[in-house]
Amino acid sequence: METIYTITDLALSLDTVWMLLAAMLVFFMQPGFAMVEAGFTRTKNTANILMKNLLDFSLGSLLFWAVGFGIMFGAGGFIGTPQLFDLSFMESDLPVEGFLVFQTVFCATAATIVSGAMAERTKFSMYLTYTVLISTLIYPVSGHWTWGGGWLMNGEEGSFMTNTFGTTFHDFAGSTIVHSVGGWVALVGAAVLGPRLGKYGKDGKSRAIPGHNLSLACLGVFILWFGWFGFNPGSQLAASGEENRTAISHVFLTTNLAACAGGFFSLITAWIKYRKPSLSLTLNGVLAGLVGITAGCDLVSPAGAAVIGTVCGVAMVFSVDFIDRVLKIDDPVGASTVHGVCGFIGTALTGLLATTEGWFYGAGPGFFLAQLFGAVVIGCWAAFMGFVIFKGLDLLVGLRVSSRVEEEGLDIYEHGETAYNN
Amino acid sequence: MKKIEAIIRRTKFEDVKEALLEVDIEWFSYYDVRGVGKSRQGRIYRGVVYDTSSIERILVSIVVRDKNVEKTINAILKAAETGEIGDGRIFVVPILDAVRIRTGERGDIALYNAENEN
Repeated sequence: METIYTITDLALSLDTVWMLLAAMLVFFMQPGFAMVEAGFTRTKNTANILMKNLLDFSLGSLLFWAVGFGIMFGAGGFIGTPQLFDLSFMESDLPVEGFLVFQTVFCATAATIVSGAMAERTKFSMYLTYTVLISTLIYPVSGHWTWGGGWLMNGEEGSFMTNTFGTTFHDFAGSTIVHSVGGWVALVGAAVLGPRLGKYGKDGKSRAIPGHNLSLACLGVFILWFGWFGFNPGSQLAASGEENRTAISHVFLTTNLAACAGGFFSLITAWIKYRKPSLSLTLNGVLAGLVGITAGCDLVSPAGAAVIGTVCGVAMVFSVDFIDRVLKIDDPVGASTVHGVCGFIGTALTGLLATTEGWFYGAGPGFFLAQLFGAVVIGCWAAFMGFVIFKGLDLLVGLRVSSRVEEEGLDIYEHGETAYNN
Repeated sequence: MKKIEAIIRRTKFEDVKEALLEVDIEWFSYYDVRGVGKSRQGRIYRGVVYDTSSIERILVSIVVRDKNVEKTINAILKAAETGEIGDGRIFVVPILDAVRIRTGERGDIALYNAENEN
C-alpha cells in the first residue's frame, strides 16, 4: 500500500515544518537573554540570573500549556475560556500541538524580559511567583485581545475598532503584544523594587555598576538577533506558495535591516553624546531595532524598516539616559527601554510607514491612531497588572532580598552556589 | 641590608625585570597591587561616566646588601620611567636580619651564593 499525499497536504506539512523551525529559533532566544543579562550584571549574581532565565521558561511553558493557551485562544470576549490541559477547542489547519509550542516560546519571551530589569536584588521565590502571573494572566489576556481574535484585532463590520478607526490594530510578531508587555512590566517592577544599593550616590547622581562580562553580553545579542529570524519570519506561520515565500523573505530582510540600523545609529548617537563609541549601548541598539521592526516587518518597505530601526536606536540612547538619570529607575540591562519604549515606537511607526495603510503613504491617520490606541491600551494593561502584582507581593511578603544578601550576592544566599569557582 | 620596594606600571614590569637581571639582582618578589593616586582612567558604561578609583600596578620587592642599593635603584629608574604621571615610586626600608632556610645562614650571606660572588 502506498500512501498518496496531495500537493495541498504537502504544502501544509511545509508550513508546519517552517513553524516548528521558527519555534526552535525563538526558543534559542532564551539563552540569548540569559547571556545578555548575565553579562550586564555582576559575578556575585550570575547563578541567580541564569536560574531566572531557565525557570521562567520551564515553569512558564507548563503554565501556558495548562492555562494560558486557553485564555489566549479560547472563545470569549474580554478573555478566552481557560481549557485546563485540553487543546481540542482549537480549530486550525496547522497541528494544534505544534501551534501551542510556537505560541509558548513567544509567551516565554515576554516573561523573560523582566528578569534583567529586576536583576541583582529580587527574591528568587518572588520571581517565580511573578512568572506564574505573566504566563497565565498578563500575557494571555492582552494576547487574547489581539492574536486570539479579540476586540483589538476584530475587523468585522460594526466592531469597535472598525467603527472608531476604520481599521484594526496590527502587530505582526509582537512589538507590543510580546515585547512591550514584558518591557512595561519590567519598568514597573524595577520601580517598585527600587535601585540596587550603591546605584545612586548621596547626591542622587547615577553611578555606573559595570556588568562583569561584555563578551557574554555580545554573544547574547548575536543569539537574540539569530533567534529573531524565527520570531518575525516565523510569524507568517506558512512557507508554501508564492505569497508566503515572498512574505517570509521580505520579513527576513526588514528584520535584519532594522537591527543593523538600530545598532549603527545608536552607536553614532552614543558617540556624539558621550564622546565614546560605547559597546554596551550599541548592543542595546541592535535589540532596539529588532523590537521596533517586529510589529510592521510585513507591512513596511525595506527603507521603512531602516527608518524604524534608526528611530528606535537613537531613541534608545535617550530613553536609557532618561530612565536612569531623571526617573531614577535602576534597570541594569535596559529592558524597559529596549522592549517597552522601542516596542511602542515600532508599533506606532508602523501606522505611518506601512506601504498600504500608512499615513505617510497617503492613507489617512486612521491606521496610525489604531496603532497608538492598541499600544497604549496594552501598555496600560501590562503596567497596571505589573504594578498590582509587584506592589501586592512587596506589601504581603517583601519583593526584595535583605541588604546583607544584596551586598554579598544572591548566588551565595539565595542559591547556595556560585557561578564562578576556583 | 635594605628592602627596595618599587611600585611600577604593569607595562614596565618586563623591562624592570631585565634591567635588574643586568645588574645581577637575581631574585625578588612581586605582587599585583591596586592603589589610589593622580593617575586616572576615565571610563563610560551605558552612558554613565566614571573614574576607576583603583589603579592597577605591580609592586616589586627586592632585599639587597647595602652596597647594591644604588645600582638597584638606578636600574629601576631607568627601566620604569615614561615621564607621565603614574610612573610610581621607590621606597628603601632597613632590614634587621635575613635567614637562609636551607642552611640556617644569617645576615648578608643569606642573600647571595658565595661561590657565584664576583
